[in-house]
Amino acid sequence: MAYRQGDSQPGSGPETLRPLVPSGARTSTDVTPERHPSVAALRSQFPEAVLHHEVSAGDQHVVHIPPERNLQILGWLKNADEHRYDFLADLTAVDYGGGRPLQVVYQLWSIWHRRALRVKCALPLTALAIDSVSGLWQAADWLEREVYDMFGIEFRGHPDLRRILMPENYAEGHPLRKDFPLRGRFSRAEQTRRALSQDPRDYYIPEELAIADEPQVFGGEGYSSAAKGSGNEQGGSNPQR
Amino acid sequence: MSRRTVEYVVGRSPQLGVDGSLVEAPVLPGELDLSGGTAEPELDSERMLLNLGPQHPATHGVLRLVLELEGETVRRCIPHIGYLHSGFEKQGEYRTWNQIIPLTDRMDYLAPLIYNCAFAMSVEQLMGIQVTERCKVLRVMCMELDRIFSHLLWLGTTAIDGGAITPFFYCFQERERIYKLHEAFTGQRITTSATRIGGMMADLPEGWTDELQHFVNTLSHTLDEVDRLLTANSIWIGRNQGVGAMGPQDAINHGLSGPNLRASGVAYDVRKDNPYYDYETYDFDVPVGEHGDCYDRYLVRFEEMRQSLRILQQALDRFPDGPINVDDPRVTLPGKADCMNDMESMIHHFKLVVEGVKAPPGDCYFPVESSKGELSMYVVADGGSKPVRWRVRPPSFVNLSAISKLVEGSLLADVIMVNASLDIVLGEIDR
Repeated sequence: MAYRQGDSQPGSGPETLRPLVPSGARTSTDVTPERHPSVAALRSQFPEAVLHHEVSAGDQHVVHIPPERNLQILGWLKNADEHRYDFLADLTAVDYGGGRPLQVVYQLWSIWHRRALRVKCALPLTALAIDSVSGLWQAADWLEREVYDMFGIEFRGHPDLRRILMPENYAEGHPLRKDFPLRGRFSRAEQTRRALSQDPRDYYIPEELAIADEPQVFGGEGYSSAAKGSGNEQGGSNPQR
Repeated sequence: MSRRTVEYVVGRSPQLGVDGSLVEAPVLPGELDLSGGTAEPELDSERMLLNLGPQHPATHGVLRLVLELEGETVRRCIPHIGYLHSGFEKQGEYRTWNQIIPLTDRMDYLAPLIYNCAFAMSVEQLMGIQVTERCKVLRVMCMELDRIFSHLLWLGTTAIDGGAITPFFYCFQERERIYKLHEAFTGQRITTSATRIGGMMADLPEGWTDELQHFVNTLSHTLDEVDRLLTANSIWIGRNQGVGAMGPQDAINHGLSGPNLRASGVAYDVRKDNPYYDYETYDFDVPVGEHGDCYDRYLVRFEEMRQSLRILQQALDRFPDGPINVDDPRVTLPGKADCMNDMESMIHHFKLVVEGVKAPPGDCYFPVESSKGELSMYVVADGGSKPVRWRVRPPSFVNLSAISKLVEGSLLADVIMVNASLDIVLGEIDR
């Protein structure tokens, strides 16, 4: 095992791992409330794409870009050597309510340069779709699914855009939208009725059902055999042994 | 009562004869043919669907993994989460800033104080509040204590998943002492809710730091014992080394953070790279793995506990006197005597209690290093006493999303170890 800033137990990692992070604790930063190197570079590289720039909570720089150019600009920020935002810290959305556009928020962090940047895209409620960045960062896979689940924003080109926290057949809408009431859209009675009438088949996605030899897993005589079927498989499926 | 023994007949199905004696069943054709012979049945073509969880102790919560198996090899793993979804973020939009704090410790109930602190820090950053020196050091102590708290649980339960039950008892004995420290400070063992915007709910009780000092002095003995039980244990090595490995570039791309990322050889630690609360002035090392497998994750977490002890000792040494809460009329209640004696203080008290703390318009993203990885609270305010949006960047959620990649092609038994080594907590994944 290697140690960082190893004053007590110096270790040695393979050389290939070293360049990923400069050593030592951060003593100074090139980001100030007035200036952020990536923002300045964005302005010169994509002059018309930086719609708005603001500084929030001290020294946190926020850049607003048009949603149709998110892939191009984020890809540049990730791959350009002097920026290298290789760590997608967070991807989320904000609904301000009152019919205002939804914001998709990308929180980037450059492990090499130790720099953070927040990029926002505003999506009008009539066109809730944006290109997926899961091709740039694998981390976006689940984060985009969560935004889709909670806000109903569609991510074009996402490999597997399904609900993630709510059940796949959840019919009440997208919970984190401001027009969604805290207790849900359906009455308690309706929610209970739906919960009780769940079909074991709903717990699986079509891909999984395709893997399973359906008649075997979900036996012919009703769904009570579904649990039995998977139990059998756990114990070894060959009845002769 | 006579002593009972069990006989196993290896490689054959035991059958009982009429008199109850063991009859050796005929060997099935091809079953024990070790010569790589002719009559091998085609097993490759048969894919099996195995549902693991949500009620399974080794999934560390209500995680459900649907596995596509080919023989004993995992070809694909599809995780299903959301069984513990409580809508914390939605609830937070209907609560004042201080009322959200009890929600935070219910997310990661294995390290509640880290969550309490992270939320308060984010709102304070948004409001431009600098907490007092004493509060800073106290929060560092709380966070490092809970890092140990969480890692001890991880160590004990992971050892059980690997088949060793003794470390579990050792670790839980030590956790019990941290529970007592929690209880003495906050009145609760798990749901601590210890912070407030601008400070802590209360100052430390008498003698708490002495208890903590005693804990710091004696924990390493237990750690050494568990170390001796596991680190060089051949079963432990066999279960962990080379299992669930991920390279540094992949780990960054998948958004892994915390010990999982560092085990893959990336020395990124928020405490070093984006320091808060004067972490740059504490002397501690960040252990970094080389192989990115379960064993390196084990080593990294183990070493982190020792480093946390070092930080705790330094924090205890520098723990200053002074006020615990910031003196800022926006967040701090006036004293009781003032409220009883002058009108303005009473109105101030009333308005703060009824309306709550108000944060200025804007948003703030504040990352801290939690026991699971990079934990960030993203708060969006419009000037009111409730957030427009409160978002938690859940480290376990992003870490877990890599599990499909980690277990692909490994054995079914390795899924348990990989899942355990990621150190997830479902309360935070599902929120």
